[in-house]
Amino acid sequence: MAHIELKGVSKSFAGVPAIRDIDLDIADGEFFVLLGETGAGKTTTLRMIAGLEKPTTGRVWIDGQDVTDWGAAARDVALVLQQYSLYPRYTVRQNLEFPLRSPIRPIAEAEIATRIAKVAATLRIEHLLDRKTDRLSGGEMQRVSIGRAIVRTPKVFLMDEPLSALDAKLREALRGELKSLQMDLGETFLFVTHDQVEAMSMGDRVGVLNKGALVQVGSPQEIYGNPVNTFVARAVGTPAMNLLTGVWAGGRAELGAMVFDHPGGQGAAGRGLVFGVRPEDLVLGGDGVEAVVTDIENHGVEKIISLSAGGQALRATVPVTVKFLRGDTVPVGWQAARVVVFDAKSGQSLRHGG
Amino acid sequence: MAAVRTKGEMLRHRLSIISLLVILALFLAPIFWITATAFKPRNLATTVPPTVFFQPEFSPFVKLMTKRSQLRSAPTAEVYNAAPWWEQTVFDGGEKVVRSGKGEVQLSGFPSRFLNSLIIAITSTVLAVGMGTITAYGFSRFKVAGEDDWLFFILSTRMLPPVVVAIPMFLMYRVVGLNDTHLGLIILYTAFNLSFSVWLMKGFIDEIPKEYEDAALVDGYTRMQAFFRIVLPEAATGIAATAVFCFITAWNEYAFALIMTNKRAQTAPPFIPSQVGSGLPDWTVIAAGTFLFLVPVAIFTFLLRNHLLRGMSFGAIRK
Ligand SMILES: Nc1ncnc2c1ncn2[C@@H]1O[C@H](COP(=O)(O)OP(=O)(O)OP(=O)(O)O)[C@@H](O)[C@H]1O
Ligand SMILES: [Mg+2]
Repeated sequence: MAHIELKGVSKSFAGVPAIRDIDLDIADGEFFVLLGETGAGKTTTLRMIAGLEKPTTGRVWIDGQDVTDWGAAARDVALVLQQYSLYPRYTVRQNLEFPLRSPIRPIAEAEIATRIAKVAATLRIEHLLDRKTDRLSGGEMQRVSIGRAIVRTPKVFLMDEPLSALDAKLREALRGELKSLQMDLGETFLFVTHDQVEAMSMGDRVGVLNKGALVQVGSPQEIYGNPVNTFVARAVGTPAMNLLTGVWAGGRAELGAMVFDHPGGQGAAGRGLVFGVRPEDLVLGGDGVEAVVTDIENHGVEKIISLSAGGQALRATVPVTVKFLRGDTVPVGWQAARVVVFDAKSGQSLRHGG
Repeated sequence: MAAVRTKGEMLRHRLSIISLLVILALFLAPIFWITATAFKPRNLATTVPPTVFFQPEFSPFVKLMTKRSQLRSAPTAEVYNAAPWWEQTVFDGGEKVVRSGKGEVQLSGFPSRFLNSLIIAITSTVLAVGMGTITAYGFSRFKVAGEDDWLFFILSTRMLPPVVVAIPMFLMYRVVGLNDTHLGLIILYTAFNLSFSVWLMKGFIDEIPKEYEDAALVDGYTRMQAFFRIVLPEAATGIAATAVFCFITAWNEYAFALIMTNKRAQTAPPFIPSQVGSGLPDWTVIAAGTFLFLVPVAIFTFLLRNHLLRGMSFGAIRK
């Protein structure tokens, strides 16, 4: 168990910046998720914490020690790689033994056997122990990769998209397993993903990376309900947050032909704005702006309704029991208190000083 | 394999087998010829048409290994009876030769030449493959300033035909005293094979995911340990293929061996043809020498055949 700190960490590859001045503090025993699109710098960040890559500037602290100049072996972290973390020549058992036989942290034979048995039971891979790893399915490989990390008792666990190669169902199952595993172990996890559902459902806290910069760090609720800018607003939530350009005047938001009540927009007057409203915060029925239903998607527990109002497209979620037909005209309102207002130019949320 | 074949496929299948047999016959004919001649009595070696069925003998190998001198007439009964069984096979062939020296067996030049070949080819192969693997690993895994230029430079050492540098090399070797030494040829063959080894091994090592070592580093191993425990076993196929190539090149090398050595460190390739020139050529002896010369390559290749099949495809069917 340990806490991780990145202080002003930047990384460039041949002069091209990959990570820009990241400050990050991950508490002891926390499940922290780093969310970012491909190329955002997720793997690079993990590799710097693991000691496989040296930051161009900035310091890395683990467990209260500045480990920036330490080698990977000395840092005592476990890393589940995005791919290729198992040795094809070895059996599952040999793969699991490999981290335990490291010369710098010798462990007694009996202890090795006990630990492998325990991990195999936890991950339900006992029947695979004597199989070569190139004879495993994708899901089994992922389990063994995770097993390779948890047989040790490292200071932190780093996981680079360990679930990305799996199909949806298995992914969901393993997601739950990993989360409960972390809670059982009580260890610090840094989990990296490009999948916002994974991030929101697993993380105690989530950090959003955009082009190498850490844009926002917070609980999933904060990230979802109070995104710091339009990038984060787009990055999380399905369907995505409705982002409507307009202006604010006299307690009302004027979005082209649409006008909504929006009290309390102090500091919002007289500049271009983007109003962000989550699909579930749109209210259909009652009074409001007239909108036409253009499409209906049924998702079992809820429906996603696509609307067109005043030339702008909107998406709303409603319970399945609410009945609409394509072409219907419905009045649309919003829950003003939940609306996030962004500056149109900078994209920054006004609540976060935009 | 699908058991069902159409008529056209059957025909094509037969045709390809027939053409394979023809090609095989073409390639194996010289080897058969040499092998047959190596076991023939001398008087059957040069018959026209060639003798295909005969009683195989060891006498060519006996003549190859021991020093002998020519007699005017067949050996006397006294000499014949005193000779060991292997020597009697020579006399049985009706040859008028006798062992040199006063009774004790004197080895001919061949065994030492053969041993020289083994020492030089094996040592230079181990060196070239070892150094090549380490160099290739460095080029593959680390940023090397001017990497492409270095690699091209390494390759360029192979671009000049060896004969072009043979004379200057000979002069240089004479000055430093490396002429006719094992070390001299070992250095030459190692240098010659090294570029090849670096390039081949770089290809193989590039194919091994870096992540394997990253995982080992994080798990508490040093880079050296990761290299020996993970990279080398993964590269075994490539190492085997490279070793066979290097060994065959060094084993077969003729031009430098001819120029640089004459006695002490001479290898088999220049020695075997030199026997043609001394008196009436005994083709059975030359064939026996050639036959023995083929054996190590055959054994070496056979031992590594599983690796070779995968290695020769240059990683195309790995995983
Ligand atoms: N060794 C390297 N040399 C040069 N550029 C690199 C190197 N590693 C990463 N980069 C660059 O740094 C940026 C971040 O890469 P990184 O692998 O961290 O992204 P990622 O967020 O993990 O993406 P993905 O989701 O695709 O895995 C990318 O633009 C990438 O091209
Ligand atoms: Mg990545």
